[in-house]
Amino acid sequence: MHSKFLKQMKEGILTNNPTFVQLLGMCPTLAVTTSVINAIGMGTAVTFVLICSNLFISLVRNLIPKEVRIASYIVIISGFVTAVELLIKAYFPAIDASLGLFIPLIVVNCIILARAEAFASKNKPVPSMVDGLSIGLGFTLALVAISAVRELLGSGKLFAATDGTGGIQILGDWFSPATIFLLPCGAFLTLGFLIALVQKIGNMSSERKRRQALEIDAIENGYHPTLVKDPVTGEIVRKNEARAAETEFLPEESAQLTDEVPAINIVETGKEDADA
Amino acid sequence: MPEIFMIMFSAVLAENFIFSRFYGICPFLGVSEKPSTALGMGMAVTFVITVSSAVTWAVYYLLLEPAGLEYLKTIAFILVIAALVQFIEMFLRRYIPALYSALGIFLPLITTNCAVLGSALVNIQKGYNFIESVVFGFSAAIGFTMAITVFAGVRERLAFARPPRSFKGFPILLIAASLVAMAFSGFSGMKF
Repeated sequence: MHSKFLKQMKEGILTNNPTFVQLLGMCPTLAVTTSVINAIGMGTAVTFVLICSNLFISLVRNLIPKEVRIASYIVIISGFVTAVELLIKAYFPAIDASLGLFIPLIVVNCIILARAEAFASKNKPVPSMVDGLSIGLGFTLALVAISAVRELLGSGKLFAATDGTGGIQILGDWFSPATIFLLPCGAFLTLGFLIALVQKIGNMSSERKRRQALEIDAIENGYHPTLVKDPVTGEIVRKNEARAAETEFLPEESAQLTDEVPAINIVETGKEDADA
Repeated sequence: MPEIFMIMFSAVLAENFIFSRFYGICPFLGVSEKPSTALGMGMAVTFVITVSSAVTWAVYYLLLEPAGLEYLKTIAFILVIAALVQFIEMFLRRYIPALYSALGIFLPLITTNCAVLGSALVNIQKGYNFIESVVFGFSAAIGFTMAITVFAGVRERLAFARPPRSFKGFPILLIAASLVAMAFSGFSGMKF
């Protein structure tokens, strides 16, 4: 149970991150990442909707007819989005003002619909909630990463309030803010570079895995330059260390081979002759 | 009349749906491989947004507002849009098969296109009247079509480029989009 929970969390946040790996929900990702506070607000709202909608859809998953399931999911999701919208309006008016229409537009965020269709409609309530939490956290962390880059390069500050006041000055007076990072083109640019970075890391780890597999293959088949599998213990050792064992076993094996190979050849050639 | 022109201009260029408001990024990146497909998607979206602007305006001001149910507008609009897309699909299949075969495959994707819901919500937020709503919806969709078609042209050229391995696929697309967005941000200084 515990390890399953951790595995699901790791999947949502890292290996199956909705933004950087699955590339879903790009509209809010690009639009609200002008400041870290905005990103946290949006991420929290989406996480909340994801947990609630996953739980609810999982509970009623056997009652919804297959043909109208997408429409039903959208209605369920929009119900929770409306609740979140009213809550944010009431308690965080500043965030409401800066996120604007992107709060009601959570309804058409494909991450939520994708999780409903791919996970909640097939799994029990508790794993569905965990899935909502992990995907939501993955989304939030991705938004925070993008917005941290944009806010830092665009204004030199971090955690500024939504109206641009306050915040922690990170870069000193020498830094002249590159406002372009706060403009729409900066959003595309930052996201492009961050996804490239993620792909780079992915490429590096898959390259490492490929090399490891090649190495193991070479050792198993005996053409690795320095390492060899010890025939007695089965451990991987350096060639010169295994030589003692090699000399004991090899003559016997090669003797068997020389016995068998000519025998087959004779039979086969004989057959071919007879056929001809 | 000048107001109508201003709404059109700002919706098409200055506040372009894709490059300035970020509505409809999914189809923008997903269906922009060829200019012809992009144009087909754009036309389907234009059709749906124009009709849905009119219908959602009517639903809000004739149904929700008199009943004091304004807070239900998100749910009501998404239902109206889903039903409308379904209805348009059936209508086109029955009466205009040529148009259906051109736009048919794009129609189911449009329900979850945030440009449609977005333009309906912008109409309410800005307090447009009926004519203004329809004009805004239509011109925003024209802006969307233009952006997606222009970008499809860029993407065709991009197919021959050889970016570094890590930039292959999505990242190089986003960086190209960033350059196009930079060009479009020139219009944002022209607000009236």
